[in-house]
Amino acid sequence: MNETAAPSNEETNKNGSSDLEKNTTFETLLEVHNISLSFGGVHALDEVSFDIRKGEIRAIIGPNGAGKSSMLNVINGFYHPQKGSITYKGNERKKMSPQVAASQGIARTFQNIALFRGMTTLDNIMTGRNLKMKKGIFWQMLHWGPARNEEIHHREIAEHVIDFLEIEPIRKTPVGRLPYGLQKRVELGRALAAQPDLLLLDEPMAGMNVEEKEDMCRFIIDVNEEFGTTIALIEHDMGVVMDLSDRVVVLNYGKKIADGTPDFVRADQGVVDAYLGVSEK
Amino acid sequence: MFYRETGQFKSSYKADQAIFPLSQDRWFILFLIIIAFLVIPLTASEYLLQAVMIPLLIFSLASIGLNLLVGYAGQLSLGTGGFMAVGAYMTYKLTTAFPEINIIIVFILAGLISACVGLLFGIPSLRIKGFYLAVATLASQFFLVWMFNKVAWFYNYNSSGTITAPPRELFGITVTGPTATAETRYIVVLAIVCVFALIAKNLVRGRLGRSWMAVRDMDIAAEIIGIRPFQTKLIAFSISSFYCGLAGALMVFLWLGSAETEAFSINESFYVLFMIIIGGLGSILGSFLGATFIVCVPILLTNAPQLFGLSMPIDLQKHIEIMLFGFLIVFFLIVEPHGLARLWQIAKEKLRLWPFPY
Repeated sequence: MNETAAPSNEETNKNGSSDLEKNTTFETLLEVHNISLSFGGVHALDEVSFDIRKGEIRAIIGPNGAGKSSMLNVINGFYHPQKGSITYKGNERKKMSPQVAASQGIARTFQNIALFRGMTTLDNIMTGRNLKMKKGIFWQMLHWGPARNEEIHHREIAEHVIDFLEIEPIRKTPVGRLPYGLQKRVELGRALAAQPDLLLLDEPMAGMNVEEKEDMCRFIIDVNEEFGTTIALIEHDMGVVMDLSDRVVVLNYGKKIADGTPDFVRADQGVVDAYLGVSEK
Repeated sequence: MFYRETGQFKSSYKADQAIFPLSQDRWFILFLIIIAFLVIPLTASEYLLQAVMIPLLIFSLASIGLNLLVGYAGQLSLGTGGFMAVGAYMTYKLTTAFPEINIIIVFILAGLISACVGLLFGIPSLRIKGFYLAVATLASQFFLVWMFNKVAWFYNYNSSGTITAPPRELFGITVTGPTATAETRYIVVLAIVCVFALIAKNLVRGRLGRSWMAVRDMDIAAEIIGIRPFQTKLIAFSISSFYCGLAGALMVFLWLGSAETEAFSINESFYVLFMIIIGGLGSILGSFLGATFIVCVPILLTNAPQLFGLSMPIDLQKHIEIMLFGFLIVFFLIVEPHGLARLWQIAKEKLRLWPFPY
């Protein structure tokens, strides 16, 4: 977790968006174009455009109230922007319900944990498999034959996620009883169980201690590298953001103020002003 | 504890997902089922079957139904009595119109009709939650009971306004009507309750049950991972009403023999709600425990004073019963919202470590 981990071969690149990264294909997975979203008179997002490439870790940062979470909510169909377009996997979409987004491979976690508290870790992760389970209600009543095979098949995938996140001992514990850090991990597990193409993480490391943060970073990198999952994350810990992400987009007051590699963004005067404040002259 | 999971290794997910993963539990349940099917009908008195066992089983079925809706899907409902009435009246209409149809099929059909009615009254759950939904379901309770009272077609225009179970046979044995013995009725009820309890357990441990619990615990998160809350709630309403309707049908045809709409009043809805609160929300076992408790406590209260050689006036008994229920509900809501089923679980966890709780 040191500050020099970011690739340094494109320091000279002016806009930072066409540089060489570890993925060489540059296939765009998702593109948001001129998104504007307002609630009454409050403009949460104002003409924001950026893209997310397949296989990258894309960070969205910005001061409080910058519209980061709103952006994620727009991407997974929870909010419908008044203006602008979203192109996902080459298809432009107008209005999309969260269910459709989920079925197309977008999964997410929440800033404040949104687990199903009364259910066990295993059940929570199994709900992530819900969309992939197809057997009808009559087979479920019998819980026998095809329905049981399906259940076992998905259990195997859920167990794989449990294994990956190293949460085997708590698989039968109701998540309401787990400590915060583990709950965050279970929530990541639920999103992973859906085997998403695009994973949206809303402050995955908020409120964690250093060790938990390091674990979480490791999981995020592993998910990205092992499963090839594209990740868009919101995070306030700048050290983490700069180390993890391939590219960073910076929002402030609903506007995009910078977009590029971590080093490019760090050097940007507008970003520095937004974070440190600028004296009125 | 007499046994624990030590040494019982599971080598497949199938074994791990069994309803009773421990072999001792499986043997115990098998033992219980054998007792219930063989020993009780042979030894129990008519009074025990008619006053305890049959109502206990029927109310267990109704509580399972309500528990699916309230405990698992998190939708508070006070319409149980109304849905039970639908089951009872529809069974009556169907079996008087088509006497040749097997009575079990008639029960199922009546259950399906009440499932449709439940679906209809579940529609408000899209917009309203919690206590407001409870009030909306109260409308179904009053409307349905009023309808069965007012529309004479439902009780075949008879002068008394009651529905009476006509004699119907199953495998050549009369199971309903005044000539049916308590033993046969008990066996039929027991078989139906066993089958539908198993189905309920299967539902709640599968995909549908997880969707219900997800909607109960956090509907927004459920929506994000692709569960459609409205559809899920409607399925919960219809399946719950199916169970309640079936219980209502069994209540008239295999227990009481005849009934008026009075039997399905709001009190009935509250009784079943008490059962699942005391028994345990979100637990199939809890439904049985709660029904057992609520059915047995009045009987114990009736008989206990005589055991001690005291006599208690009937009205005092009734009042003590009501006070006791009220106290217990407040007690459970404060101390253990998951009811008797959770207490049982805690006792098991404590006993696992006993006598060395370190």
